[in-house]
Amino acid sequence: VSRVTPLGLARGAAVTACFVIYPFVFSAPYLETIGLFTVMYAAMATAWNLLGGYAGYLSLGHAAFYGVGAYAEAILFTHIGIGSGYRPFEVLPVVGLGVAVLSVPVGLIALRVRAATFAIVTISLLFIAQQLAFNLRSLTNGAQGMSMPLPPFGVNTFERPFYFSMVGVYLAAVLMCWAAAGGKLGLMLGAIRDDEDRARGLGISTTYAKTVAFAASSGVIAMAGGIWAYYEGFIYPQFAFDPLVTIGMVLMTFLGGRGTLWGPTLGAVILVPAQQYLAYSKGNSDLYLLAYAAVFLVIMLLMPRGIIPSVRDLAGSGGPFRRRSEPTPSEPGVAT
Amino acid sequence: MHLIVQAAILGILTGGVYALMASSLTLAFGVMRVINVAQGAMIVAGAYASYSLFADFGVDPFVAILIMAPGAFVIGAGLQLVFIRPLRSDEREELSLLVTWAFALGIEGALGYIYQTTYRATLPSYVNDDYKLGGYHFSLVRMLAFAASGVILAGLYLLLAHTRFGRAVRATVQNPTSASLLGVEADRVAALGFGLSVAIATAAGAVFGMIEPFNPGSHYDLISRLLTVIVLGGLGSLGGAVIAALFMGVVESVVAVEISPTWSSLTFFVILIAVLLIRPQGLLGAAERGGL
Repeated sequence: VSRVTPLGLARGAAVTACFVIYPFVFSAPYLETIGLFTVMYAAMATAWNLLGGYAGYLSLGHAAFYGVGAYAEAILFTHIGIGSGYRPFEVLPVVGLGVAVLSVPVGLIALRVRAATFAIVTISLLFIAQQLAFNLRSLTNGAQGMSMPLPPFGVNTFERPFYFSMVGVYLAAVLMCWAAAGGKLGLMLGAIRDDEDRARGLGISTTYAKTVAFAASSGVIAMAGGIWAYYEGFIYPQFAFDPLVTIGMVLMTFLGGRGTLWGPTLGAVILVPAQQYLAYSKGNSDLYLLAYAAVFLVIMLLMPRGIIPSVRDLAGSGGPFRRRSEPTPSEPGVAT
Repeated sequence: MHLIVQAAILGILTGGVYALMASSLTLAFGVMRVINVAQGAMIVAGAYASYSLFADFGVDPFVAILIMAPGAFVIGAGLQLVFIRPLRSDEREELSLLVTWAFALGIEGALGYIYQTTYRATLPSYVNDDYKLGGYHFSLVRMLAFAASGVILAGLYLLLAHTRFGRAVRATVQNPTSASLLGVEADRVAALGFGLSVAIATAAGAVFGMIEPFNPGSHYDLISRLLTVIVLGGLGSLGGAVIAALFMGVVESVVAVEISPTWSSLTFFVILIAVLLIRPQGLLGAAERGGL
């Protein structure tokens, strides 16, 4: 069971308060949009971290579930007629749960392979999903894309319902990671990351732990995709299943620190506004790609382990994502 | 039946080019534990370079390979030295995926800036020449492309099997620690090996530019195919990559004529997953992690 520490509680409350207050302080529509995308990536990176950080399984295909969530919302609207208003938000838990359940067989297959092969298999997962969105025309409308209902929200507070739903998804992701990291699942995932064969030998059900992490992260990411679809109003296969979305969540987790509770959030808060700023100011998308690549390379060279673990090292206390070659410290590590 | 055989011929000819592309990708993995996600972007860069050489200076794309390869070799070795060598060895396999992904984005951005996003194709005068043999069509460009790929692959094989450098490479693949104890300079081999794999990628790009139209975004499609090819063949296995590439070429073109072109690449992904269910290490891969 996760330990509730005063410091941890204070951190959680502070982050939550910042995200909740933000739209009231920065209420210009474009600032609220940046806020929305920041929270979205924070939620997705946090969820990705459960598998990619805690378990060390570098999935490069989780954007597939983002797209599946987006298409699930669009299909529910077009083919089932869930209606407009707040209904698309209300069905989100169903979408998340459905995608999580659906991702179990996918995970069982993909998690048979490890390390680089796993990363590659998950990349192909992303492209399979994109191809299906293009090809299953009767369901997805193919390359022409699908439309969502027009949200009936006032102009001045248009972003708010999306923003607060996204904050809800984000908090669900953080709570999920917190509960997992402090509990038995977190220990199992950590054991898998350090030495999977030995973990198996010690009687840990590695397949169970990996699959639960895979499904849970997929479900959260699908909910984020669902909100995104409603916000955009129109989705296309190439934007719903975008390799850049995967790269976004991976990069943010790496920047903040893999296997830390707040690392992905920190990464998102730094990178998304920068990304949005670059995209607006350098309207030319090619220069934007170049800048993104440069930021990426600098991070990988200077801080391959992320900000939070690096800072922790400076402070002298051991984090959960220590270098494998280093001896274990005699004092217990500080759990977040 | 006639149609299927014709499709299979086309598939083998195209598959040969993919074999060349995949061979250098799997080489980079075998030697340096680097999954070069930028391979697709480097191929597209090679295609653009040969396009420019042809359009502006009238250099034949096959001749252009000889001009571009040395430059690509130097650039590749430089990239390895600056960005890949500093990665910690126990994390290199996974971190290299991200570093090379950044290369890919950078190359895509640069190409988009220089050439914009319209599709291009290198079209030398003989691009539509066609031979008929026993009722089947053989396109000259595709045959030349297949032949060029075969020659480069044979050269690569000879280099790996019969030279001092090749022995050092293979020793590093089999056991890096023993190799370095026996005097192989792992860092030098890694830099040269990466340079070689980039040179092959641009050469393959020159060939690719003649058989398919391309734009800066084409690398996503290329790399997703190539990665599945090398996983199917078994990571690090050169022979496996060639077999898997030819297999992919045939499956795709047969599915394209028999069912529908929109389902052809999906079929290959499905086959990949089916194979991984039975043999997680790929067709010719070793059963142990890190084995070859």
